[in-house]
Amino acid sequence: MQPARDPSLTSYYVTDAFYRELIASFADWQRDDRLITDAAERDRFRGLIEREARLLDQLDFDRWLAMYAPECIYWVPGTPDGGDPRREIAMSFDDRRRMEDRIYRLRTGYAWSQAPKSRTVRMIGNVEVFEEASANKRMVRSNFLIGEFRPDGVRFLSGWCGHRFVERDGRWEIEVRQVNLIDCDQNLRNPSIVI
Amino acid sequence: MLEKISTSSIRPASADLYDWDELVQEDRVHRLIYTDPAIFEAELTNIWGAVWVYLGHDSQIPNNNDYVTTRLGLRPIILLRDSQGKIRALFNRCTHRGTTLCRLERGNAFQFVCPYHGWSFLNTGKLRAVPWPDGYACDFKDAKFNVAQVPRVDSYRGFIFGTLNPDAPPLLDYLGGITGPIDEWLDRNPGGKVVVCEANRLKYKGNWKLAYDNSGDGYHVVFSHRSLLEMENRLADEANKGMSYYKGSPDSKAMYMRYTGNGHHFKDKRPNIEKRAGGLWAVEGPAPGSEHYEAEFRRRFGAKADDILDLAGSEPVNINVFPNLSLLGNHIQVFDPISVDETNVTWFGTRVVDADGTLGDALDEINALRMRTQEQFPNFGEVDDLANFEEIQRGLACLEDEWVYMHRGLGIPGRVKTDAKGEVTAPATDEAFMREYIHEWKRLMKASPSLVVQREV
Ligand code: FES
Ligand SMILES: [Fe+2]
Repeated sequence: MQPARDPSLTSYYVTDAFYRELIASFADWQRDDRLITDAAERDRFRGLIEREARLLDQLDFDRWLAMYAPECIYWVPGTPDGGDPRREIAMSFDDRRRMEDRIYRLRTGYAWSQAPKSRTVRMIGNVEVFEEASANKRMVRSNFLIGEFRPDGVRFLSGWCGHRFVERDGRWEIEVRQVNLIDCDQNLRNPSIVI
Repeated sequence: MLEKISTSSIRPASADLYDWDELVQEDRVHRLIYTDPAIFEAELTNIWGAVWVYLGHDSQIPNNNDYVTTRLGLRPIILLRDSQGKIRALFNRCTHRGTTLCRLERGNAFQFVCPYHGWSFLNTGKLRAVPWPDGYACDFKDAKFNVAQVPRVDSYRGFIFGTLNPDAPPLLDYLGGITGPIDEWLDRNPGGKVVVCEANRLKYKGNWKLAYDNSGDGYHVVFSHRSLLEMENRLADEANKGMSYYKGSPDSKAMYMRYTGNGHHFKDKRPNIEKRAGGLWAVEGPAPGSEHYEAEFRRRFGAKADDILDLAGSEPVNINVFPNLSLLGNHIQVFDPISVDETNVTWFGTRVVDADGTLGDALDEINALRMRTQEQFPNFGEVDDLANFEEIQRGLACLEDEWVYMHRGLGIPGRVKTDAKGEVTAPATDEAFMREYIHEWKRLMKASPSLVVQREV
């Protein structure tokens, strides 16, 4: 379903109801009784997450954004349990417009924290697919390890992602990506890449 | 009851380290003040021990027995509200062999049991029990076995400070003229209150003073934050979002900077904003949910909606309390040194409370919007400043190029004004506040403070 208003330009979908649904959906979803073990299905989502990782490593932000549903969230919590983003600051909580802001900024040529740009390589593993309350949605957990090179060396960022996928016109799109750094509640140096 | 025990003779001889007048001159400072480990070491006593240092906020320890762990310079501290409700800052250090007593960042505990040999301490700092006491000939009632604590802990409207210096002035005198801006910053929120609600936590490889130098710097804004300014105005009809008023000729604008003494200073950008309800919201950049919440509040609250929306707008001030606290936008920013060339910068978010019942069921909604506006600057602005601080630290490795200049506005007749109270006012891009605070820093580095800790008796 195409939204009534263009979410690249205005933000009408981040509402109280939206937050409530999001928090409920990201609580208690990684459960054995919801696990989908079908190999083909698991492979489909593994492929999508690996493609996303490659596009981010290649800084191919247009194709990266195109993997997302029009009304989407990129969420990097600042606490290990995710917290309540209505009442707590997150490291990042971007709607589509702010995701586009993020990319716009990186492309201005004046984003000093990314001058020169980091080189990254992302390893994705431990992909598990879970049912969601709606039949046309899936929750996917994956672990990641990002090697990031900046002129003074390589560092590693690690954690796990919770993706919520939605099927739209036969295509699986990312509706929410929650990025859980294992050290998300610690002081981090230059967190200016898309994680 | 508390007994004062002097820490005696552990103080580095900082006063004799250097010719401080040579390192800090009228228009410039020497690179060593940012790069020398010996100066950093001396600062741990002469600055971080000797002046009132911000430790935390009331709302982080609302109930009896609540604690958070923090630091005073490099000293690990447990900031807590004890079982009787008294706020204390205990050294996080067992009196037996020195291990830290508490390893969590927050919690609620009436006692701390040392993980190493099991000595237990009440949250007043008093030793409660030691295992197998019959193996000791000493009297454990001796105060020296109680946990050392910061002898002076005081707070101003929720902001908790501590100092090890018995000769420091009372907190209120130390804060002096900066309390006016702090009051105004608080009083725009319902009930004059805010609650700390997590943080954007950053760090950079650079000296802590680079952050304090920057805290009131109006000169860097359009350059260091160019990517942010372009970003937040990319969709605007009129490019007036965020700190756009720094474009063109910022020194002719109504904003100003004021140095209020003791190292504190204040950048007031409010005069640039239309003085009306909704004036602040009108220049806030786009945030997740902006249009929805604006429409929703206007529908439900009518004319009052503008006041509510302004609570999500970033208050255009920088209130900098030496050495480690900065109130800006809606953030409580804290500078925390780790070493001579590494510093944590933590941007604590704040939410509002419905103190007078005017927000009602809109409380979560206005806070949700306020969280999203607060995430903007650390994500898209601060990261670029921190990159520049790191590059200063790299540049200062040039040993033979010794001087760092902070002389903008110096020597121009009539430009920098000092009033009867000694407060200094200058145009927004002037470095007058840097010159003032670094001279205060010099005065402190020349001093020989005698620091003490206290223990319960
Ligand atoms: S070090 Fe704490 S009980 Fe021994
Ligand atoms: Fe800045």
